[in-house]
Amino acid sequence: MTKGRIHSTESFGAVDGPGIRFVIFLQGCNMRCRYCHNPDSWNLNGGTEMSPSDLLEKAERYRSYWQKDGGITVSGGEPLLQIDFLIELFREAKRRGISTCLDTSAQPFSFSAPFIDKFRELMSYTDTVLLDIKHIDNEEHKRLTGHDNNNILECARELNRLNVPIWIRHVLVPGITDSPQWLSGLRSFLDTLNNINRVDILPYHSMAEFKYQQLGIPYSLTGTPAPSQESFDSATDILCK
Amino acid sequence: MELQYEAWESFNAGEWQSEVNVRDFIQRNYTQYEGDESFLAGPTEATQKLWGELKRLQKEERAKGGVLDMETDIVSSLSAYGPGYITSDSKDIEKIVGLQTDKPLKRAFMPYGGIKMAEQACTTYGYTPSDKIHEIFTKYCKTHNEGVFDAYTTEMKSVRHNHLLTGLPDTYGRGRIVGDYRRVALYGVDFLINEKMKDLENMGDKGMIDEVIRLREEVAMQIKALKGMKEMAKIYGYDISKPATNAKEAVQWLYFGYLAAIKTQNGAAMSVGRVSTFLDIYINKDFKEGKLTETEAQELIDHLVMKLRMVKFARIPSYNQLFSGDPVWATLEMAGIGQDGRHMVTKNDFRFLHTLINMDPAPEPNLTVLYSSRLPENFKRYAASISVKTSSIQYENDDVMRPIWGDDYSICCCVSATQTGKEMQFFGARANLAKCLLYAINGGVDTMTREQCGPKLRPMEGETISYDEFMPRFEEMMEWLAGVYVKTLNLIHYMHDKYFYEAAEMALIDTNVRRTFATGIAGFSHVVDSISAIKYAKVHVTRDEGGFPIDFKAEGDFPRYGNDDDRADEIAVWVLKTFLSKIKKYHTYRNSEPTTSILTITSNVVYGKYTSNLPDGRRAGTPLAPGANPSYGAEQSGFLASLNSVAKLPYECALDGISNTQTISPNTLGHNDEERADTLVRVMDGYFDKGAHHLNVNVFGVDKLKDAMEHPEKEEYANFTIRVSGYAVKFIDLTREQQEDVIARSAHGYL
Repeated sequence: MTKGRIHSTESFGAVDGPGIRFVIFLQGCNMRCRYCHNPDSWNLNGGTEMSPSDLLEKAERYRSYWQKDGGITVSGGEPLLQIDFLIELFREAKRRGISTCLDTSAQPFSFSAPFIDKFRELMSYTDTVLLDIKHIDNEEHKRLTGHDNNNILECARELNRLNVPIWIRHVLVPGITDSPQWLSGLRSFLDTLNNINRVDILPYHSMAEFKYQQLGIPYSLTGTPAPSQESFDSATDILCK
Repeated sequence: MELQYEAWESFNAGEWQSEVNVRDFIQRNYTQYEGDESFLAGPTEATQKLWGELKRLQKEERAKGGVLDMETDIVSSLSAYGPGYITSDSKDIEKIVGLQTDKPLKRAFMPYGGIKMAEQACTTYGYTPSDKIHEIFTKYCKTHNEGVFDAYTTEMKSVRHNHLLTGLPDTYGRGRIVGDYRRVALYGVDFLINEKMKDLENMGDKGMIDEVIRLREEVAMQIKALKGMKEMAKIYGYDISKPATNAKEAVQWLYFGYLAAIKTQNGAAMSVGRVSTFLDIYINKDFKEGKLTETEAQELIDHLVMKLRMVKFARIPSYNQLFSGDPVWATLEMAGIGQDGRHMVTKNDFRFLHTLINMDPAPEPNLTVLYSSRLPENFKRYAASISVKTSSIQYENDDVMRPIWGDDYSICCCVSATQTGKEMQFFGARANLAKCLLYAINGGVDTMTREQCGPKLRPMEGETISYDEFMPRFEEMMEWLAGVYVKTLNLIHYMHDKYFYEAAEMALIDTNVRRTFATGIAGFSHVVDSISAIKYAKVHVTRDEGGFPIDFKAEGDFPRYGNDDDRADEIAVWVLKTFLSKIKKYHTYRNSEPTTSILTITSNVVYGKYTSNLPDGRRAGTPLAPGANPSYGAEQSGFLASLNSVAKLPYECALDGISNTQTISPNTLGHNDEERADTLVRVMDGYFDKGAHHLNVNVFGVDKLKDAMEHPEKEEYANFTIRVSGYAVKFIDLTREQQEDVIARSAHGYL
């Protein structure tokens, strides 16, 4: 059995997919999003190794809270970096009748073999994908995360083809993602997809800054405020209506 | 058979007509409601005016240091005062009338629990009690408190002085007795007097032993109280000798029954009981007869609730430290499922919850939803949505209580169930088990006072604590504590029956009453984690120069209660079961049935103050975790893991209640109020389906608490209500220490 590198687990996720979910945070991510609130999950070699059955046993202690639509959500880090483990975990979860949800930024996505075949297999065990689109503009995306967004948008299109329901998540950062131009651009892209169940706008907050200090990593957004209510409302108007 | 009363005509007939049996009446007549809240009506002009006035008075009360006015010359009784109203000209708009004294929020003088305390309560707030009353109650008439201290043994005084037992009802009314106030409405007082006369007639023929003589005297006092109730109602222009004939009368009659209780007793908990479904029957009847509109029905409930928000007692500072925020535990239940499987949700349950919207959030009455995942979804969702908005409701698991107490129990304090009209409880505060654990290490010497309070066992020696050596000592010390605890309570309740008998409440309870004996545990989570540390880690002892243990250091990791880790949670179950089994070894007063609880109210702060460093790492003087909550900072696996740990405690071993208070930030529950309510329903379904007993739900962030602590004068915080262990309080009414405790606990919450 493949073991996964686990950053941590959380018994109560109410905003991480449908219903109440047991959230598994995987260790390791290649993106360096400036606002990332889990910089401690970047290191690809950290975390604790656990098997799918260990994790599911832990998760199933919370089955009585899940009802019809709750279950497990795998987040990160970037879960797709451990796709072999993910396939085993979700296959086993489905065998046990547990709803599965993948929270990803899609950065590892590509059409090259063997990734794409694995991805398609994974999607056959996945009930919902929470797709984090960091920025619609490729240059801005690079500045924000250190990576291109082309393959990420391709991933969204692939999910559309596979007809996997997705929730779009978008972090609203003043001065970086909140301009009407970018938001409308994102909206136009989203309008090309038919599998979106929901769009969540997540207001930026600086609560993770202390983690950067602890880890000795420079924090580049010091002084950036949380978005105002007006800004949040207008983003909602553009993206959600 | 000819009906005894015309008022009963339109109800479905049954046994309730030939004997006192309110449950039978409810089961035969209530109307289930499965719809949503859209039928509810807003406040009437009268409600707004009265509530506005009351808010003004509450503000004034706060400005005056917590007490608006106090009686100093008149001893409280059923007919000590003429009629009182919220304002001099509000008589006609108060749909439900009756105050404890002649003025709103004025606190009555109640000396029977103890004259010293009654006087101290006055002087604390700058009032001077009358010399005449002082003379009467010191020279000619004895009080409960005097009786208790006459009889206390040296050992009892020592455990009290060393704070091993705290909050004992030896200086105030014991409370926790719920009269079946519905009886006044359904039967009228004459019927009830008649039944009690029959009881009196039929007792004692087989010989005049102590028990019979005492019961005869008690029933005679009950009959006098019933007559007094009629007098009291007459002062307000009502004749309650006959059954209520409509909804307004039913609410009013019922309230008069409760008013009789709070005019004659200052118990720590003065619950109202399970009245919602009952009253709905009368409202429905009036609807059918075209005599009442929804707006008028809501107004009746609003006005009853307003009265329940006005209940006040004169308290002394040491009491306020234990039970902070001026609580009275006017606990009132709704929902639940009947023995026949029908849910008991009525429109009236919505109306009671809706008072929190019509008249702002408030801590009283202590609104309690008897929860089951089988309740109608609409009701669950509505209750959860009110929790999200107001943090003013508590939930208790009907599915674990119903098999024990049936389907007509009330909650007699914060979380303890009692069969309405059939049962009374001997309230016993709680024993500090965390201290007891230290006694086991120290050979019965108190770590704070260095007095030999417990039995002089050989203290544990050595640099570390051996689990095998510790456990038998702890059990032995628990057994001793249970003994002195039960004996102390026996004595207290003997004296309370003798000097401060609850005639008005007991008049509304069956003569052949079942009695429970409610003990309690404080410091639960710390005991569990300390034992776990001793078992799974290496606990080093730091000693002072004399070799006395003053601190502990756990080397290595150990499982903690609150993480759904069976290793720690099994210790928790063991502690509970063992303590109860020790309690059960001793004779309990009037053959009452011993129970225990894991609930502390706000006394966890005071208990903590007198508890030294513990092996789990908790520092001396800091608050203990409240009730059955895991210790602050111990929970590392999230909210549901914490709930799962608490849910493992078997309710049948703690029939007096297992309280759990949780604070969740709005954003953790969902992105909007609808989602938050939906999540809350799922959480409660899951938690209670696991067999958990109780949940206090707070939905707010720490920032709000901090701001309210610094700026209590802000209008928005005037009625900011939060749930603490077993009850609700206005946050700004807590002591600073307790506010800090709540903030610390919430910061460990799920934000």
